[in-house]
Amino acid sequence: MPKTVLIVGTRKGAFLFESNDRRDWTMRGPYCEGWPVYHAIYDPKTGSIYAAAASEWHGSSIWRSGDLGETWEQSSEGLSYGDDDGRKISKVSTLARAGDRLLVGVEAPGIFESRDDGKTWSILSTLSGQHGSEVWDDPANQPPGHLGISGFVTEPDDSENFFTIVQGIGAFETEDGGSSWTPRNRGLRRDWPADWEDVGFCVHKLVRSADPQRMYQQNHVGMHRSDDAGQSWTEITEGLPGDFGFAAAAHPHDRDTFYVIPVDGGHGRTMHEGKATVWRTRDAGSSWQPMREGLPQQDAHLGVLRQGMTIDKQDVPGVYFGTSTGQVFASTDEGDTWSEIASYLPAISSVDVAIVE
Amino acid sequence: MTDVRLPGTLTPLFPGLTRHVEVEAGTVLGAIDQLEERWPGLRDRLVAEGPALRSHIHAYVDGERAGLDTPVADRSRLDVIAAISGG
Repeated sequence: MPKTVLIVGTRKGAFLFESNDRRDWTMRGPYCEGWPVYHAIYDPKTGSIYAAAASEWHGSSIWRSGDLGETWEQSSEGLSYGDDDGRKISKVSTLARAGDRLLVGVEAPGIFESRDDGKTWSILSTLSGQHGSEVWDDPANQPPGHLGISGFVTEPDDSENFFTIVQGIGAFETEDGGSSWTPRNRGLRRDWPADWEDVGFCVHKLVRSADPQRMYQQNHVGMHRSDDAGQSWTEITEGLPGDFGFAAAAHPHDRDTFYVIPVDGGHGRTMHEGKATVWRTRDAGSSWQPMREGLPQQDAHLGVLRQGMTIDKQDVPGVYFGTSTGQVFASTDEGDTWSEIASYLPAISSVDVAIVE
Repeated sequence: MTDVRLPGTLTPLFPGLTRHVEVEAGTVLGAIDQLEERWPGLRDRLVAEGPALRSHIHAYVDGERAGLDTPVADRSRLDVIAAISGG
C-alpha cells in the first residue's frame, strides 16, 4: 500500500511523518544532527530525501538519505565560491530536482548543481550579467536573513528548462540548463522605485499548476497569475485579507485551484486577526474562499514560510502546512477541513510530501 | 604527534571519528588537512573560504588562541572548540 510521507525541515533538524491513510501519522526524527534545515525535499528521481542545512558552527552542507531517513550522509564537496572570489556561502536555501541536475540555491546568490545525486557539487550560475547583478553579487550588500536564491520551479525530468528566484530581485527562466537566463517579471506589481524595468521585484513563491502555461506566485505585494508560462503576470489579490505572504501551492489536477496563506506584511508576519486561515481560489484568482474548519480561530498568531506549504498528487489531494511555531496541519479534502498532526516541533521552514510504495 | 581534541558536534558526521585524534603536522591547518585525508569533508566543517577558521570555531595550541597558520609541535595539544553560540 502506498504511504504518504511528509518531509519537514525545521530550525533544529528534519522530521518525517508517515501515514497509510493521511489521518493517522507516525513521526520520526530529528535528523541531520539538529542542524538548521532551510529546505528538505523528496527527490522523485532517486527516491532520496535531501536537506539543505547550515550549521552556525560547521557551515552549509546537503544531507541525503536514500532509505527514507534510516541513514544519512552529508556533503558540501565543491559547494564553495573558492578562497579568492570574495563571496561566501552563508547558507544553502533551497533544493530542487531538474532532470539529471540536483540544484541547490545559496546565499550569497548562486546556484550549484550535483550530477551525482548530492555527493559532489559545482557552480552552475550566479546569474551574472543580469540587470542589478553587480548589486546582489557585492559581498558587502547581503542583508541579514537573506536567502539569496530562494526558490526553483522545475520538472523532475527536464534538465534544461527551469525557473529560479533571486530574493528581492525577481524570477528568471533558463532554457539551456542555466547558461543563460531571462527575467520573467513582466506585469508584476512593485510599490517601490527601481533602476530597471525587468528586475527589482520581490517574488516570494513561484508555483506551476497542472497546466504548465498557468503559473501562480505570492509576491511581497500581491498574488499574481500567469497564463503564458511566466511570460507575463496579472495581479489576483482582490478578495484576500492582504497582499503579503510566503506560502503557496497549486492543485495538481486543476489549473484554476490555488492556495495561499496571507500574513501581516509588517514585522509580525503572522496570519491576519490571529485566525489561522488558508485561502483557496477555484477560479484562478477571480474569487477567494477562506478555509478555516479545524484551524485555530482565536489567538493563533501563526507564520508560515515560503517552503512551508505543499500538496500531494492523490486524486483528492492532501494539503499540508507547517508553522514557524512548530505546528503541522493537514487537510485530506482539498482544504475544506484541517487537522493538527504535530504541535511541538521546532520552527518549521519547509514541508514537502511524497507518495511512496 | 599532535594531540587533537575535537568538538562533540563533529564526530556524528564522520563514521569512525573520535573526539581525540593524533596527527603529524606543522600547523593547525596542516593538522586539519591530515584529518581531511582520513575523513573526507571534515576540513569544510571547520574551515571557511579564505581559508579561515569558521566564525564560531576556535582553535587553541597548548592553551593559546591559534589561527590556521599557528605552528604545532610534536606533543602539542590542539583543542578545536565549537564556540558557545546559537540557541
